Parts: sequence; structure tokens; C-alpha cells
Amino acid sequence: MSKYFDSEIKKSPRITQLVDDLYDHLPVIESDRARLLTESYQMTENEPIILRRAKAFLHICKHIPITIRRSELIVGSATKSARGCQVFPEFSFSWLEKEFDTVETRSADPFFIAEETKKELKEIYRYWEGKTTSELALSYMAPETITAMEHNIFTVGNYFYNGVGHVTVCYDKILESGFEGIRQEAQDALDDLRVSDGDYQTRSAFLQAVIISCEAAMYYAARYAQLALQEAQNCNDETRKKELLLIASNCSRVPANGAQSFHEACQSFWFVQMLLQVESSGHSISPGRFDQYMYPYYKKDLDTGLLTREFAQELIDCIWVKLNDLNKVRDAASAEGFAGYSLFQNLIVGGQDSQGRDVTNDLSFMSIEASMHVFLPQPSLSIRVWNGSPHELLMKAAVLTRTGIGLPAYYNDEVIIPSLISRGLTLEDARDYNIIGCVEPQKAGKTEGWHDAAFFNMCRPLEMVFSNGMENGVRVGPQTGRVEDMKSFEEFFDAYKKQMDYFIELLVNADNAIDVAHAVRCPLPFLSGMIDDCIRRGKSVQEGGAVYNFTGPQGFGIANMADSMIAIKRLVFEEKKITLEQLKQALKDNYGKGIDPAMAQQITTEVVKKLVEAGNQVGEAEITQIFKTALQGGVSEKQKAEYDRLLELIEEIPKFGNDIEEIDLFAREVAYTYSRPMEKYFNPRGGQFQAGLYPVSANVPLGAQTGATPDGRLAFTPVADGVSPSSGKDTHGPTAAANSVSKLDHYIASNGTLFNQKFHPTALSGQRGLENFVALIQAYFEQKGSHIQFNVVSRDVLLDAQKNPDQYKGLVVRVAGYSALFTTLSRSLQDDIIARTEQGL
Amino acid sequence: MKNELLQKKGRIFDIQRYSIHDGPGIRTIVFLKGCYLRCQWCSNPESQEYEIQTMMVAGKTKIIGRDVTVEEVLDEVRKDMPYYRKSGGGMTLSGGESLYQADFAAALLCEAQEMGINTAIESTACTEFSQVEKILPYLDTFLLDIKHMDSEKHKKHTGVPNERILENAAKIARVHKNLIIRVPVIPGFNNTIPEIEQIAAFAASLPDVREIHLLPYHRLGQDKYTGLGRSYLLDGVEPMSLDEMEKLQVAASKSGLRCQIGG
Repeated sequence: MSKYFDSEIKKSPRITQLVDDLYDHLPVIESDRARLLTESYQMTENEPIILRRAKAFLHICKHIPITIRRSELIVGSATKSARGCQVFPEFSFSWLEKEFDTVETRSADPFFIAEETKKELKEIYRYWEGKTTSELALSYMAPETITAMEHNIFTVGNYFYNGVGHVTVCYDKILESGFEGIRQEAQDALDDLRVSDGDYQTRSAFLQAVIISCEAAMYYAARYAQLALQEAQNCNDETRKKELLLIASNCSRVPANGAQSFHEACQSFWFVQMLLQVESSGHSISPGRFDQYMYPYYKKDLDTGLLTREFAQELIDCIWVKLNDLNKVRDAASAEGFAGYSLFQNLIVGGQDSQGRDVTNDLSFMSIEASMHVFLPQPSLSIRVWNGSPHELLMKAAVLTRTGIGLPAYYNDEVIIPSLISRGLTLEDARDYNIIGCVEPQKAGKTEGWHDAAFFNMCRPLEMVFSNGMENGVRVGPQTGRVEDMKSFEEFFDAYKKQMDYFIELLVNADNAIDVAHAVRCPLPFLSGMIDDCIRRGKSVQEGGAVYNFTGPQGFGIANMADSMIAIKRLVFEEKKITLEQLKQALKDNYGKGIDPAMAQQITTEVVKKLVEAGNQVGEAEITQIFKTALQGGVSEKQKAEYDRLLELIEEIPKFGNDIEEIDLFAREVAYTYSRPMEKYFNPRGGQFQAGLYPVSANVPLGAQTGATPDGRLAFTPVADGVSPSSGKDTHGPTAAANSVSKLDHYIASNGTLFNQKFHPTALSGQRGLENFVALIQAYFEQKGSHIQFNVVSRDVLLDAQKNPDQYKGLVVRVAGYSALFTTLSRSLQDDIIARTEQGL
Repeated sequence: MKNELLQKKGRIFDIQRYSIHDGPGIRTIVFLKGCYLRCQWCSNPESQEYEIQTMMVAGKTKIIGRDVTVEEVLDEVRKDMPYYRKSGGGMTLSGGESLYQADFAAALLCEAQEMGINTAIESTACTEFSQVEKILPYLDTFLLDIKHMDSEKHKKHTGVPNERILENAAKIARVHKNLIIRVPVIPGFNNTIPEIEQIAAFAASLPDVREIHLLPYHRLGQDKYTGLGRSYLLDGVEPMSLDEMEKLQVAASKSGLRCQIGG
């Protein structure tokens, strides 16, 4: 007898249909929210901002078009069209206006926008000129911060252009007592105030705003109840009619009141989840421990015979589909960084409760099953793993991994819990953590973690060491001395640390400027009602109302920096095979590898522009010559040959990711150059800065802004991903790479680390394949890694590896019991393996 | 004494981590150099000569073979201890033929067991039994290759007759409780139902043998022949389909042994 219900439940035809309907058209940008928001703002000009926000939310909830999609059991859609998105002009709008005509045709995450929508939004935008969080944030930033951002040392684009999101609210509380409960709590707090209190004005405005927001949510649900009733009356299909009547009944009860059934709980959860994303444009609004707060309702209905497991699974599947119905348009550059329309709604199952007991349950398994049924990117499914995790749960998760969907991600309780305690969480709260967005741990309903506060490119400060802080004639970083004069590796590494310290300080300046701007212009009363201790403290999360406050900016490029530093230490200072001056030139020349035509074109344009500006005549012939020079990087054949030798020398130096103690401990030191200085700083909400080490997919676009690095990485190519070794540099298999990564200090990077591994599906074939896979995860976690996720490679990846072998040097394929490095095989054998990949042999 | 074993030298040509097909769990395979056989399908032709060789790999000359101490090998092997513990894995000696360097192999296995590492060997046992005996006390799993029951045919395709292998198999089975028989299934050599049935019947006759593994022929070693300047005799031979392998699996299972495809 299995302790858990983990047998497969068949996917209902309804789910197939819901998924098909979701993807039968390009997502559409809609303007209803922006229009309603602006209408309300225009009516409330002289009121406190928090009340204006609440009233705008109410206005939106009252008037935004609502729709019940075909066959839905869980209703509530932010847009008329499935997978559409609303826009949020209060945060920023100029980028979208500029991209109106390209957003439909761009490569990453295109959206359709109708001409009349463009026209309407242009009209709306006139109101917002000078009123956005983005504009206010910029005015708060130091000039040197703006320079550093212009030079791509770091980017704070996420919260600069958008809402913050990155939060998990107290779903359990809403399920239990509904928005009536929150409203009552706020009312009681309001009743306790005296008009003579020193903070009466701000407190009372906030509490009234919470009350209005709760009423807005209830009003919105009531509209759905009415719509469902109407549709039921007009419905000729008896089965559907019953469903619609049930929907009407659910929506008339929740989320106003506590849920009385599992179906009501599902509906209540969904209203909270989607309305949070109507109030603000922040992504990574994470459902968190869904299997925990939903379980009492499931258990009760199952025990009383009101619910079958099949129907419970169907409802969960419906929620999974809805999570993919929400969408968000980002600026073109960010869209590349977050490619895949992802909203990072992280939902986690398994793990311990606040008392340290394992609380895996049926819903943990059914959540994994739901991801197999819908086979869509949302939710970002995660698994909590600890020494007491049931083996069955890990095996079930491994089966999902084997499908190649890239889910779930695995998290290590044994690292994350102590790490959170070290940041001031209580033991109970730390044990009850969930993950936000990609990899960021926090305690639900109590935290404003600002988890995705920035991307910091650790390669750029190294470039600043070589240029002594100058770039294109502009002072960007501090003067750390000419590299030509540096006498020891310690001197060089010190210069790097100084550059790092300087830019980290500027990053803090940038983040805090945005933080203040959100508090001043876009406090979120609906969200704040669902985060402790906002009601008691009488202020929004944006103003520091949460129990726990953090800012978590991400560093990336650790592997590149570790490999670079080792190369410099060995080749320049120990073996003296090259001078720093020569290396500086080699980096400038991109090791004689030239640059791609697009980049050469860009350089040519810039050079020509400068020449013209300086009053020179530039003809066709000169332009061609400049382009040719730019393409080759202006390097002679002889020089090229020398650079090739240099690249070979660099190649021979051991790299991070191969389980070599000396290199790995060095990588640990390099990671500290980011994570340690970060801890010193505080945000306006009174919370500490904490480093994360993960890039989402920003390592690719931001790598495109980075010159060649001393680890042999060529200019504009991607930098290393998360804490993973540089692509293709780990050649000793998955255990060696995992051992290397585990040697970093994952505790101090308490905003999360991200380790990606690639596998061929055969490595997970059969029961034994799964068992070994689970053992690999557990052994990595035993060595105190924090997170791991897997790409099980598909045929497409192998085809790409044939084209770009350098990127896949570490890719091991196992076919019929034999392992080989894929890229070392001949073309015909590679083709053979590609053919086998499809068969899953 | 212990120190002496750790300093013992031998010749290997590769160490491969995260191997999951040669013995239980996650394993590290140590490939020893030198072999008594010359199987035409050998996927590690660089293992056959004991001498250190050069081979062209991806356009570059690579030196194949290096002399190392037991300690050096085990320093590498024990890096994956946490994975062995979680998966029930350990170290597997392969080759070449590990028994070509029986004293070195015995020292490796002995010291590995001392460290708490599970041990296995992949071997043909085609040598004097006195050599085989050296390793048996330190071995948790013996993966023994039996390629054909017809000695003539065996000699034609591997360079040696099979009598000694079969004799040793019987002797090993009497003293070692975890012997698994493995059969490389090679088209044109032993891929017919009767041939596989004969091997399975022999394996089933050995005391305490309960498992037989059929390893499908693959061409992944082909490039290495070119790299060594040798010709590949099996050029054009197609790997078996899963369907054909499953038929052989059914045939082998009739012996009463548990039969699996792949290691």
C-alpha cells in the first residue's frame, strides 16, 4: 500500500480543449485596464495616493470586460482574449509606445496590437507623461549610477519599467475567511485609531484603501456569478448548464467568504492569483505551497464523498491552464532576457512544515501530474527536497523531468532553511519557505523580497580593470591603476574587487531609487491586505509594511570570472607566458576572431557618425574599408596565429566545473566578490540586500554587450549561466560539475542560486535510470547545493550541438549502455544518435 | 603493507565518472590498458595494446595510456563518494582486460573496498585462474563477458578460443556469489536465437548466477579505429533494432535467468 495517492489519473478531454483554445492565436494587447485606471486617476487627483490606487482598482474590477471561456470550470480572465495582456502605464509606457509597430514581429514573445488599441493607448499615455514610477526613479538616481547603467554594468529594467510582483500572499487566509475576513481586520484596525494619532492620516488612508480593495475583489467575483447565471439560462447543453450554475454558486460565495468545498477553494485561489496581476504588472506572483493550503479542502471533500480524485485532478489541471492564460508584454530587450512569455508563477510541493515534519500529500503528486497533463510552462513547478522527502515523490518528479519540459526545479531544504534563518527569519517561518519566481526563497504572506532587483554582469567590472575605469572616453568605473603596471596577481584581483565594490554601491543606489518611487507612486493596497504586518503597521508593502524586507539583485558570470582569474594568475604571473598589456590587446582584438557582421555594421555606423561629426567627408569606399576592418578586428594574419596559440594556452588551463579543488575554491572567492559586499546595504523598507546567483536567460542578451574575457570567451557570446560552469567547459560529467558547483557558498547567496544540467533522455530511462537520477540530486544536495534543474535534451538540441559543437563540449550521450561526448563523434554517428533520441532508446 | 598497495603502479587510459550501465548505481569506471582478446567490434580499440599509443581525436594527437598509482586513481574515484552512497554505486574496472594487470587491479579493488567503495569488474577472465583469484576477495560484482559457445567461431572473431573463459566462469561461480554474465550481441557473430540460447543455458548452469545482460552492438567506437590508423572490420554493420533485441531477450529468459537489455 502506497502512503500517497500517486497513481496516474487520465487527462480529461476538457483539458486538451482548454489548452488548444489557449494557443490558437497570437496573444493580444488590450487597453481596458489602462483606460479604466486613467479614468479613475483623473477623478481622484487630490486624494492620497494609496486611496487613488484602491479606487482605481475598484473602478477596474467594476468595469473591465469579463468573460467565461469555453468549457472552463474555474473562471476569471484578465483579458477578453486568451493569453492576452493588459498594460500598466503607471509604471512606464514610453518603451511600448516606441515598440507599437515592432511588437508583433519581434523574435522574442511577439504580441498583436490592433490599430485602434494603439490609438487609444497613445491618448491614455498623454495623461501619464511625468507621472510614472520609472520617471520618478530616474530622478532619484545618482549621475554615476545612470552612467554605469548606460554602459551595461548592470540592469534594473525589471522594476524600473514594471511593478514588482515577486511575492506570495497568504492564500490560506483567503481560503479560510475570504476578503470579508481581511476587510474586517482592516475595519477593526481602523476603529482602533484615534483621529488625533500622529500617524492617523496615513494609517487611516491605508486601511480604507485595503477595505476598498477587498470590496473590489468581491464585486468582481459577483459579476462573474451573474455572468455564469446568465450563460446558464441561455445554455441548451444540460451538462454545461450544471457546470455554469456551479460556477455561479462558487463565485457568489468566494473569494468574499471562506471556501466550503475544494471547487470553491480552487475558484477562490484563482481570483486572488489573477487579481494580483490586474492590480500591478509585476511578474513572479507565486502560488507557493499550493499542496499545503489546498489540502484541507481536498481532504474534507474526499472524506465526505463530495469529491472524486478524478474531478480534483481536473480542477487542478484547469488552474494550471489558467496560469498560462495570464500574460505580460515586456520591452524588447527584457523579452529576450525572460524569453518564453514566462510569468514565473512558482508553485512548490513537498518539504517540511513549520515544525519540521514532512508534509508531502496527495496534492503534491497531483500537482506533478497536472504539469504532465497540461504540458505548459506555467506554473513554474518546484519540489522541496530534504533528507526526509518520500522517495516516491522524487521518483514522480523525475518522471516529469524525463519528459523534457524542464520542470520541476529541485530545491534543498537543508541549505535554504539555515540560509533564511541567517537572514533573520524565525525557524518556523524558514521551514515554511516557498520559492518566488526562479529560485528565490522566502516566507509566504510575510515578505516583500524584491527578489529580481537587478542583473549584475560580473564580467563588466573586469573589463573596467583593463580600461582603468574608462569606456569610449567616458569615466564609468574608478581608477584602479594601469594593468601594465600591475606587479602581482593580488594587485590585479584587488583592482577587480574595487571595481566590483564600486558598481555594487551604484546598483544599490539604483535599486533604492526605484524602491522609493514605487512607494511614492504605486503602493499596492490589494496586495498589502494579504501580507503581514501591513494592516497592523498601517502601511503598504511598498512602504515597509511586510514583516520581512529584502532586496535581491542577481550576479552572473561567476564561471567566466573564475576561469579568467585563473588564466591570468597562471599565464601572466606564474608562467609569464603573456603580459597583461598583451592580454589587454588580445581582448580588444577579440583574440583575432573578428566580430559578427551585425556588430561590424553597428561599429561602422558609429565610426562613420563620429567621422562625420568631426567634419570628415566619408564616401562609399571609406565605409566599405571601415566595415572590412571592423569585421576582421584589424588584426594581421601573424597576430591571428599568435592569438590562436594564446587561446590554446588558455584552453589547457583547468576550468571551473571539473571537480578540481583549486579552481573551485577560487570560484568561491570570486562569488564572494559579489555576495559579500552586497550584505552591507539596506533598502528604504529597512531590509537587507542579499545576493542571488542566477541569470534567468539574461546571460545571453547581456553577454552580447560584453567584450572578450580572459577565459577565452569571445566577445558578445553568452556568459555562463547561473552558478553553472561555462558552456562546454565541464568535460567530466554531471557529478564532477555538481561537485564543483557545490563548493560555492550557497548559504550566503540567500536570494537563490541556479544550477542547470543537460541530460540525454537515455540517462533517465527505466526504473534504474530514474533511481540514479534521484541519487544524483540527493548527493548534490548532501554537499549543500541549493537548487538544480535539468534540461533533458531533445533532438533539436542535438541538432544545434552539431552546428555549434563548442557550446556542447560537455554533452554526454548514452546510447545502449555506452557513453560518449556527443561532439567528439563523427557526423554519421551523431546522426545515428539523433535518430535514437526520438525513440528514447 | 597498506602504503605499498597505494603506491602500486599500473597503466590506465581513462577514468569515466557518472557511468550508470556497468554495475549497480552511479559508478566511476577505470579503464585499464592491455587486452588478451582482439574483438572485431571492440568499442575501445585503444585499450587493446598495453603499450602507450597515440590516437587522432578530433584532429589532434592524443596520447593514450598513462602510468598511475593506486592512490592517484582512488583520489579521483572517491570524489563521487556521495553519489555512490545515495545510489548504491561504486567503482568498476574495465578495459581492455583488467586482469592483464591483475596485481594492479587487485590493489585498486582492495584499497577501494577499504574506503567503503563498492567494487565491480568487467572482464573476460581469459587468463590463468591464479590471476583471477587475486581479485576475487575484493570484488562485490563480477561482470563476466561470454561471447560465444563455439570455440572456433570465438577464435575467429576475438582472436582466442573460449575454453579457458568457460572454465574460469565455472570456477568463479563456485566461489563468487555475485556473478553476472554479459553478452555483447554482434550482428553476424552471435545475434541468432540459438546462439544466445546456448550462452544463456550455460550461464544458467553456473551455480548462483541469476542475471544475464544482452549488450546491443553499437558503432560508437568506430571513429577510434580511424584515429589509430586501423580499419574497422564491421564497417556497414547496422545496430540491432529494439524489436530484434527483445526477441533475443525472450529467448535468453527461457533459461530461467533474469535477462535485461543493456548494462
